[in-house]
Amino acid sequence: MNTTSPLETVLRGIAITLVILFFMFPIFWIILMSFQTNATILQVPPSVFFEPTLQNYRGLITGQLVTDTSSLEIRFMGNLFNSLFLSTASVAVGLILGVPAAYAFARLKFRGSEDIAFTLLSFRFAPPLLVLLPLTIYFQQIGLANTYGGLIWVYQLIVLPLILWIVRGYFEDIPADIEYAYRIAGHRWWTTFRKIALPLAGPGIAAAALLAFIFAWNNFIFALVLASADKQPVTVGALAFITASGVQYGQIAAGIILSIAPTFALALYAQRYLVEGLSLGAVKG
Amino acid sequence: MSDATIGAPPRRRFKVSRRMLPYVLSLPALLVCIGILIPFFTAVLYSLQRYRLSQPWAREYNWGQNYLNFLSDASFWNTLKVSLTYAFCAVGIELLLGLGIALLLQKRTRFNNFVSIMLLMPLMTAPALAALMWKLMTNPGFGILSYFANSLGFTDFNWASDPQTAMLTVVIVDVWVYTPFIMILLLAGLRSLPQQPFEAAALDGVPRWFVFYRITLPMLTPFLLTAVLFRMIESIQQFDIIYAMTQGGPGDALTVFQVEAYLNFFQSTNVGRSAALMMILWAITYFLSNIFIKNWLRLRERQRGES
Repeated sequence: MNTTSPLETVLRGIAITLVILFFMFPIFWIILMSFQTNATILQVPPSVFFEPTLQNYRGLITGQLVTDTSSLEIRFMGNLFNSLFLSTASVAVGLILGVPAAYAFARLKFRGSEDIAFTLLSFRFAPPLLVLLPLTIYFQQIGLANTYGGLIWVYQLIVLPLILWIVRGYFEDIPADIEYAYRIAGHRWWTTFRKIALPLAGPGIAAAALLAFIFAWNNFIFALVLASADKQPVTVGALAFITASGVQYGQIAAGIILSIAPTFALALYAQRYLVEGLSLGAVKG
Repeated sequence: MSDATIGAPPRRRFKVSRRMLPYVLSLPALLVCIGILIPFFTAVLYSLQRYRLSQPWAREYNWGQNYLNFLSDASFWNTLKVSLTYAFCAVGIELLLGLGIALLLQKRTRFNNFVSIMLLMPLMTAPALAALMWKLMTNPGFGILSYFANSLGFTDFNWASDPQTAMLTVVIVDVWVYTPFIMILLLAGLRSLPQQPFEAAALDGVPRWFVFYRITLPMLTPFLLTAVLFRMIESIQQFDIIYAMTQGGPGDALTVFQVEAYLNFFQSTNVGRSAALMMILWAITYFLSNIFIKNWLRLRERQRGES
């Protein structure tokens, strides 16, 4: 805006450098660790110069964890698969349930619509354990304990409010006149919804789905409480892995990198939608 | 209804009446909603019972006894104190940092946009995994941060394993993960502000700090409030970072509400106390989210009015 003095430019430069350092250094360092053997990790002082090795990643992918004294089976790839399956399926279910409902809340004013919409939003804010603890007991009784189905249902607690509120906002931003015109031309409600409303809200639905996927992927508490080892996603699996593998720090680092890589990739691929979705979900609706 | 028969389809299909349509559309979501309400009300009942998984025979309603017990229970007051400290410290630092970074990156330049995209990365890291990352970096043996602290002369700085510094450590992790969230919201807010007041101020030669206090901040207030409330609601319920980092320890230094409830349920199998703790946390978040939603609705109305 105004003229900037050289001093200010320098100060800004320092501030931005510090910001980048603080936020990027942990990721950078864990990536470095993931290519190191335990011997180089344990060296003091730490050094960024070392012979990179792929043995940590190889160990995780083959499921054979080789320590100095023994060899151990680990199911990290299984955890990764669980994360992928749970997140994808939850988002798919969330879209099927949420998009029509979002349309109803945006377009068709009906008795109690605001109250119902608010109740659904309020799940976003409720403490997860409030619902999870009784559910552990119920799930045991009805046989949903440690099933993908049960977990996908509970994941709707995060996925559904997110999809509902972001997609609703998008539907509201589409002028209703286009739909009216199409309907007056003699088309059914369902055709109008499919041919006009859905494509126009496409970017919003995509943003909501992406964000919901990331939130589902990053979730920790649901699976910690409700899933046992064979259904655990990476967030929970990684924690168990630390206690199991003891001192194989390089492998833990590699595990962390593999577990956050998918969400990073998604964020880079769709950053524009994502930022929009984040600010929409929180501020605008 | 006679006019509706003109041009009616030759074959009668199952048709949903207009009046029923919204209910049909939102019914599946509502069913999930009811499925969630059942455990919620169950939790309310549990909180009114003396209920331990280890002593099922002694299970009975003791009504408000669980809540009354809290009054004289030092560990409850510790939980409340720890939770509030955590939430206020984390959100306070995140707000200041987030606002600062948003102001730094306010101009739409290629570099600024690149930095703001980079800052998405911590936000895209699962909080539990972020805690593990920081755990590796603060390991007393080989952790890079322990090494830095040592070389700066803090030889007895033990991060999360010392009750004195455990809170600081988990707050740093929270700040690392969530500052970008506040930054993104405020950046979106800053960039959407109308330009006329700023141009007018520049023409009049108003000093920059004055512009910031009298124009930028007031116009940004709705965004600030939303960001703070949103983070407040989430951080008072923090579980992932604390549990993954220290499991509530050392001692009771980090037993926030959800961690305490989790430990009560799975370690002491005290379902009643655990549920009562969750009800109190729910009351706090309900209060906060009401402020949040009111503020959010007002913001939405205003945006609707402008567009």
